[in-house]
Amino acid sequence: MGYTVYIILVPMLMFLFIGLGSKWLRPRAAGLCGTLGMAVAAVLSYLAAYRYFFGVGLQGGVYRALTVWSAQWLRFGERLHIDMGVLLDPISVMMLVVITTVSLMVHIYSFGYMKGERGFQRYYAFLSLFSFSMLGLVVATDIFQMYIFWELVGASSYLLIGFYYTKPAAIAASKKAFIVTRFADLGFLIGILILSYYTGTFDFGLLTADHASLAVTSMAGGSFLGLSAATWAMTLLFMGAAGKSAMFPLHIWLPDAMEGPTPVSALIHAATMVVAGVYLVARMFPLYLFAAPRVLTLITYVGTFTALFAAVIAIAQTDIKRVLAFSTISQIAYMMVALGVSGMGGHAGEGYTASMFHLFTHAFFKALLFLGAGAVIHAVHSNEMEAMGGLRRYLPVTHAAFLVACLSIAGVPPFSGFFSKDEILSAAFGHDKFVFAVLLLVAGLTAFYMFRLYFRIFWGTDRTYETKPHEAPVSMLVPLVFLALLSCVTGWLPFSRLVSSDGVPYALGIDWRIAAGGVLVSLTGIAVATRFYMRERGVAARVAAKWAGFWRAAYHRFYIDEAWRFVTEKIIFRYVSTPVAWFDRHAIDGDLDALGTGTQRLSRAVRGAQSGRVQTYAAVFVWAVLVIMICVLIF
Amino acid sequence: MDLGNFLVMRQELGLLAVFVVLLLFDIFAGETPAMKWFRPLAVGLFALHTAAGFLPVPEGSAFGGMYATSRLTVLMKNVLNLGTLAVFLQAGEWLRGRETAIREGEYYVIALATLLGMYLMISAGNFMLLYIGIETASLPTACLAAYNKYREKSAEAGAKYIMMSTLSSGIMMFGLSYLYGAMGTMYFADMQPLVSADFMTVLGFVFFFAGLAFKISLVPFHMWAPDVYEGAPTATTAYLSVVSKAAGCFVLLLTLHHVFGNIGRIWYGILWVLTVATIVVGNLFAIRQRNIKRFFAYSSISQAGYIMLGVLHGTPEGLSAVVYYLLVYLFANMAAFGVIASVENHGGRTDIGAYDGLYRSNPRLAVVMMLAVFSLAGIPPLGGFFSKFFIFAAAAAKGDYVLVFIALVNTVVSLYYYLRIVRAMFINAPAEGAGERFRTDAYNSVSLVLCTAGVLVAGIASGLYGYIAGIGF
Repeated sequence: MGYTVYIILVPMLMFLFIGLGSKWLRPRAAGLCGTLGMAVAAVLSYLAAYRYFFGVGLQGGVYRALTVWSAQWLRFGERLHIDMGVLLDPISVMMLVVITTVSLMVHIYSFGYMKGERGFQRYYAFLSLFSFSMLGLVVATDIFQMYIFWELVGASSYLLIGFYYTKPAAIAASKKAFIVTRFADLGFLIGILILSYYTGTFDFGLLTADHASLAVTSMAGGSFLGLSAATWAMTLLFMGAAGKSAMFPLHIWLPDAMEGPTPVSALIHAATMVVAGVYLVARMFPLYLFAAPRVLTLITYVGTFTALFAAVIAIAQTDIKRVLAFSTISQIAYMMVALGVSGMGGHAGEGYTASMFHLFTHAFFKALLFLGAGAVIHAVHSNEMEAMGGLRRYLPVTHAAFLVACLSIAGVPPFSGFFSKDEILSAAFGHDKFVFAVLLLVAGLTAFYMFRLYFRIFWGTDRTYETKPHEAPVSMLVPLVFLALLSCVTGWLPFSRLVSSDGVPYALGIDWRIAAGGVLVSLTGIAVATRFYMRERGVAARVAAKWAGFWRAAYHRFYIDEAWRFVTEKIIFRYVSTPVAWFDRHAIDGDLDALGTGTQRLSRAVRGAQSGRVQTYAAVFVWAVLVIMICVLIF
Repeated sequence: MDLGNFLVMRQELGLLAVFVVLLLFDIFAGETPAMKWFRPLAVGLFALHTAAGFLPVPEGSAFGGMYATSRLTVLMKNVLNLGTLAVFLQAGEWLRGRETAIREGEYYVIALATLLGMYLMISAGNFMLLYIGIETASLPTACLAAYNKYREKSAEAGAKYIMMSTLSSGIMMFGLSYLYGAMGTMYFADMQPLVSADFMTVLGFVFFFAGLAFKISLVPFHMWAPDVYEGAPTATTAYLSVVSKAAGCFVLLLTLHHVFGNIGRIWYGILWVLTVATIVVGNLFAIRQRNIKRFFAYSSISQAGYIMLGVLHGTPEGLSAVVYYLLVYLFANMAAFGVIASVENHGGRTDIGAYDGLYRSNPRLAVVMMLAVFSLAGIPPLGGFFSKFFIFAAAAAKGDYVLVFIALVNTVVSLYYYLRIVRAMFINAPAEGAGERFRTDAYNSVSLVLCTAGVLVAGIASGLYGYIAGIGF
């Protein structure tokens, strides 16, 4: 299985090739190179998945974690060293498939979408860089490798969000995304340091082996502010995960990140990077469960709240990409909750399976939604719902694909979202009825706002379009159709036989009581949306007017951005940064200025010594020897 | 006489062979059209010699302990070879110039003679041989410094170098005589147990140390360096700042730990103070320089201070870190000097103003220079970051936090003046009449590519440090 290393290397080489050759490569050639590289990676991933799940992976009835390639990079001690390697286990193999598939679709789609843009080559170079980083992240063999790629992912996301670097909003968004996630990563790094300090290793295999006994025993002693070292470490790790996966209150960067090109949003902010946090928690799951179960409870409630919160905001947004962004936050929170309510082994680990399953299905239908939204934007040249209406007649293929994705995310059988969502609901039901109730409500809200989006784009009356909206080119339609097909079929995968908390395959059927409830709620949501938005009869406006305050608050995303701005600008800037800046300007700069002027004066004073006269040099030399001599004799 | 003694001197013999071939070629083919083959021959032969250095060599000593070789000394000589090879690659274009073309061959031959002296310094097992090595290395270096003899500055540099070098040799010899008086032997192995903190030994040690400190240009024995670096031809400056300095560091490392281990407390104190002085003075003076060669003189003075950080404690980690640091420093400094040579050869300027807008006229040179100074400043992920990291870690492991803190502060200061060059290249507009695109000659380009690759890879490829650390002391 050593060839899996090429899955990571090929995009990296493509990045270097396109990046270095961007001057003389034609745009088409650059795009083709990137796409071909991604296709190779995708084929290798499918091969690896097939070989892993139906061959080498299953040993003695358990899916083992295989380190198929590894090189020691930095060595600190016998056990403590940073390796670079490729780890294959059910979740990393699944992620390989997801990332390469979505990335390939985005590569193809971008041919049409980005056609004629300035910096087309740069765009493809960054896409390759991102794919490389993300793939390196999921196959990491130790937590430090994961951290390195985690940062690379953040950096390439920054580059892609700010792709339109002449647009101030894009620059602001890219900075915001970078700073917020970077802030969260600080927690991640401290978590890693605590973890490695106590356990003496970075290696995932050692950290999570045998129900994390190493971590549990080695971290038993330490405690700080009444919480154990393990709790601190795992909470801080979760902070990093929450930053990348946009959990409340660190979610604020994701909606703004929609300033990037739409295919980028599909790849990074829907299917791959934002689930890195979920992946991290899943990767460390045994540690969470056995060393820090309280953190798991925290994750459950943060996730539950975020799911509801984001869903409510999504209802009031009018920018179609923002709706999708909040829906992404909500759905990722779903996955987090599923991990939070999970146990270990067999049916107790249903949440784990469900979380990964939802990650898998969500990646495809959410990428589809974004790409569909891209096709719509491509047709009407606006992100605002106000500028859309009646588009189903102009964009038949996009319309069909979008409808499939909406049905899927709403959880309507037999589309993929139904299956994974049902598993999450069932896991939550078995764990905590309150969480279950909230998730059920969120499912209804999801169905509602997705169909609000759908109806407002594709139904209603025509707007006065400057040019007649036209269907997207073939390069954009192919990914749409392919992803729509995936959204129809991926739900039927026997996922619990492939991915489970302890690696042992088990059978997980559909719990029809919960499924019925879920579907009922979803259909209610869809029905309400149909009533409100299918024909523009003003029902929605009247309801909104009745709840005007709430509506406005939701539209302004409950002022969380303002709250952060208040904290940063009014409190941190004024009471921390200003004094620090004063100290910096007067004390540090002053000292350095003094150092500078002092140096100038000193060097002017000693200029006599550096006179160019060799006699002086010789005298200094001899005196220096004598002074050293005397000093040595005295001391 | 047992001819088998010569077998352990394989590197010296190889070097001598290259030396003789080039000398004869220069004598017989001089001023004929065949001279055009001289440069490829010189570079090719020396490259072969460098490559051969990496083949395994038997360890052992010869001539009754006068000469010793081990994996460590072989590694040190390999480092010197790499530096000299880069100098050879960079010197050619300048040597082909009108003023020096007639003496082109001599430059290589003289440089090889000094290199042989450095080999002997490193492999010496006796202070007499060490001294002969130092002299062999120093005297011809003055020729190299004065090579542009029609230029006043170059002649001045040569004169200054030879005067200061004579002084330091005299002082060193004086010290050695005390050491001999105190112990009655010049062999390292015999002296090592006899060394104690008595008056005569300490006296001898300080004088000997001053002589080496001159080579490494530790403050306050550094005063010759800026003048000589500025006046000497750029290739010679590069040679002095990298190869000659590295040889001095290696010898200091070997003698301090192999001979003067017993009085470690004393030299620790001396070195501690000189380290701080070297780093600080080098940095503070570098800030003010307008001439790029003078600038690099001070920069390399402060770099020598960082190197001493690893020498101080004599731990194996520290010593490996020193060798590694010198290797990375070699790549970065040679890359910088390659660019300086190229800029000087096309326009004749060595002031920092000549670098204004270099990125627009010669982007590749500018990028190489940027990587080189970033590495010197210790910015990750370049080699210079890791070499500084290992050196600091070695000092911190011994609890020398004050020194590490001073060094760290100075690293920050150094960033300021290194960035001045980067700013000139990338931000400043080119001066009137300057800013033309020019072609760097092929040999120099090879050296730049090799050095840049070294800067980029040395840090990431952890195997390199592992290899050095594995050799042991």
